[in-house]
Amino acid sequence: MLNIFRGLKNKGVLGINGRNANFTLKFNPRRFYPLVDDKLRTKRLAQANGIPVPELYALVEAAGQVRDLPDALKEHSSFVIKPAHGSGGEGILIVSRKDNGDFLRQNGEPLTLEGLKHHVLNSLSGLYSLGGQPDEVLAEYRVEFDPVFENISYEGVPDIRIVVMFGIPVMAMIRLPTKESDGKANLHQGAIGVGICMKTGTTLRGVWKNNIVTEHPDTGNPVTGLTIPWWDDLLELSSKWYELTELGYLGVDIVLDKSRGPLILELNARPGLNIQVANDSGLIPRLQLAERHREDLKNVSERVAFAKNKFAVTAAH
Amino acid sequence: MNKARLYLLAISLTIVGLGLFSYKAYYLGFPLTPKTKVQVWNVDARIRFEAEGGPVKVTMFLPLNSGRFAFTDEHFISTDYGLNSSMEDANRSAVWSTRKADGAQNLYYRATVRMTNAKRPKTETKPPDITNPDFKGAKLAAVDSLISKTKPRSADTPSFVMELLRRLNSSNPDDNVKLLLGQKTAQRNKADLAVRILAQAGIAARVVHGVHLDDDKLDFSKKVNLLHWVEVYNGQRWLTFDPATGKSPVPVDWLPWWRGEGSLVKVQGGSKLNVTVSVSPKVDEGIASIAFRGEISKPLLLRFSLFSLPVNTQAVFRILLTIPIGAFLLVILRNIVGIKTFGTFMPVLIALAFRETGLAWGVLMFAVVVALGLVTRFYLERLKLLVVPRLAAVLIVVVLLIVALSILTHSLGIHRGLSLALFPLVILTMTIERMSIVWEERGAAESLLSGLGSIFAAALAFVVMNNKFLEHVFFVFPELLLVLLAATLLLGRYAGYRITDLYRFKALARG
Repeated sequence: MLNIFRGLKNKGVLGINGRNANFTLKFNPRRFYPLVDDKLRTKRLAQANGIPVPELYALVEAAGQVRDLPDALKEHSSFVIKPAHGSGGEGILIVSRKDNGDFLRQNGEPLTLEGLKHHVLNSLSGLYSLGGQPDEVLAEYRVEFDPVFENISYEGVPDIRIVVMFGIPVMAMIRLPTKESDGKANLHQGAIGVGICMKTGTTLRGVWKNNIVTEHPDTGNPVTGLTIPWWDDLLELSSKWYELTELGYLGVDIVLDKSRGPLILELNARPGLNIQVANDSGLIPRLQLAERHREDLKNVSERVAFAKNKFAVTAAH
Repeated sequence: MNKARLYLLAISLTIVGLGLFSYKAYYLGFPLTPKTKVQVWNVDARIRFEAEGGPVKVTMFLPLNSGRFAFTDEHFISTDYGLNSSMEDANRSAVWSTRKADGAQNLYYRATVRMTNAKRPKTETKPPDITNPDFKGAKLAAVDSLISKTKPRSADTPSFVMELLRRLNSSNPDDNVKLLLGQKTAQRNKADLAVRILAQAGIAARVVHGVHLDDDKLDFSKKVNLLHWVEVYNGQRWLTFDPATGKSPVPVDWLPWWRGEGSLVKVQGGSKLNVTVSVSPKVDEGIASIAFRGEISKPLLLRFSLFSLPVNTQAVFRILLTIPIGAFLLVILRNIVGIKTFGTFMPVLIALAFRETGLAWGVLMFAVVVALGLVTRFYLERLKLLVVPRLAAVLIVVVLLIVALSILTHSLGIHRGLSLALFPLVILTMTIERMSIVWEERGAAESLLSGLGSIFAAALAFVVMNNKFLEHVFFVFPELLLVLLAATLLLGRYAGYRITDLYRFKALARG
């Protein structure tokens, strides 16, 4: 156990206590949290600053509005329901509509209108929000993911998580849904995380349930050596949020839409730490480097150039 | 900067805490370990009788200030009665009287008795008078015969008394003893008889009645039987003899109540008299009794300590002061070890409930209630209820489960089931709710893991919080909480790995 301790220390792996004590508590003032914890506010802030996000179809703020939801959604053949304050991907429902008007969940299970309404009501009363606070529910555009990911994801939409320190993207991974994750792109729900070289946007190795993998467990296709399209755009998009949120240590979740390109999905003020396993490297050296150079880098393009220069990974495993 | 301030704060808190602690422990002599020898007892007497509608007069003997014992508090509870106390023939007594009383009457007496380290009682210079025992006829002959048989076998008064008592207690008594005792072989009759025989032999003796200040059962006020023993004057002082065994002196924890003939309580104007005497040790006042005996030099600090509170409030604080220990344990379990629990301090509350049920039983009941509650919760999920009504429904089911389990275990003869009622119901309900959500969102494995983590943390918290030594130390030295606070503050800045981090990132440690 002591060996593991030393090994992690040498690699600069960030633990939960370290993240909370030295990064989130230090660089993320509490007053800026509501901005990222509320998906609706994040979306509005993005729109106001010309950052692309999935289009909002309907907003349910009170139980009475649930009645109007089917009407608001009737033009859309598919959509996503998510609680504004949900954390860790909880309470997100991805829905498509059959020709006869019935709903289908993304995993192919049928969903009645009653079931949909019940889910929305549960979300409204705070089932998925931190501390059970009453919540709002968004219905938004369902992303059609880029064909580059077709062979390495199961049902859901893969997303890209970039950890940003003072506007400098320091580490990234792509999260691939699996059968086990029920189409969700969250690692603790069973999705695969694949590290990304910050310079080129090529995928490195994957981690699935704390084990290292090179192939997708459901499709059998390799997850390594893939180049993420629009990589520079992704880096710039993630970098911009530093000025907008004033959060020093931030996780930015981005999806690649087939027709609309990169879209901001959500922000996270306490991004998880599995990204380190996916990249086979610790966050601490990168975060400290970013902290040292925060004053030297004046704008988004300088920060992105810095990241590509410093955090390149030459040899993929 | 921040860190320096934190260390400064932690160090000051530690210094203040440890300083007060060592002052009390080493200078004032507060005990570091729980006292096992009880020094203080409550002696209660409850008198019940039916008044006959006219004037009523109740006379009760009061316990004697014998030198070995001191009375710090005496309470008389008797509404509508006038109270007088008197001294006669070296006995203290209380007289309750009223002009008119009807129906069931309750009188109540309580004394707080401390055992003191005083030396033997002072010698009495004036030899007591011997009352004529008034034996007649065959009995007189039997007594004389008994005395003449006993005398040759004894050298002095004590050995004479012992030999006499041995004869009275013999399993195969001679005809004289049989005649004198008759059918009445109770301790009291033997003591009375012994005193009369001794008077006939020209030795001053008297019967003493009292109670045994037992400390076997520490927590319950228990009914006790009156004891009767014999005191014999040997020319200098009174010696005590246990009439049942002949041993002298009687044990030190026999509290003398009254001497001579007569019963404890006499009622005029009432009937159906019923007197209950009970004795309960007061362990909590170990400290106060030290102060009383003058072993603590400056009881000023004591006046502002928890010992100044009423005893039953002290009992609450005993439990209250273990909660910080549980909270500290949770900090270690969650931030250093990384165990997942449902609700930050839920295990502490469960551990408090375990105090009533005991560990094994508590864990079992917790598991059963949560498991059955989960089944209900999964069924309710299919009914698509809104959150608050669903929570209320689960709460109602939890209460029903507890009622059912209590009745079931009681009818099976397991009386511990009743203590289940003290389980924190709302906490159980929220645990069931959280567990079922985690179950659905993240799978059964993670849900069960957190559930097991909670039970493990609760069990560990119970063991730590129920530790008699810790309980005693934090109650007697609450300033140690400052040290605990300092440690908690320092742990609040612990930025190292949790033990679970090590397993989580194990793959990264290689190469």
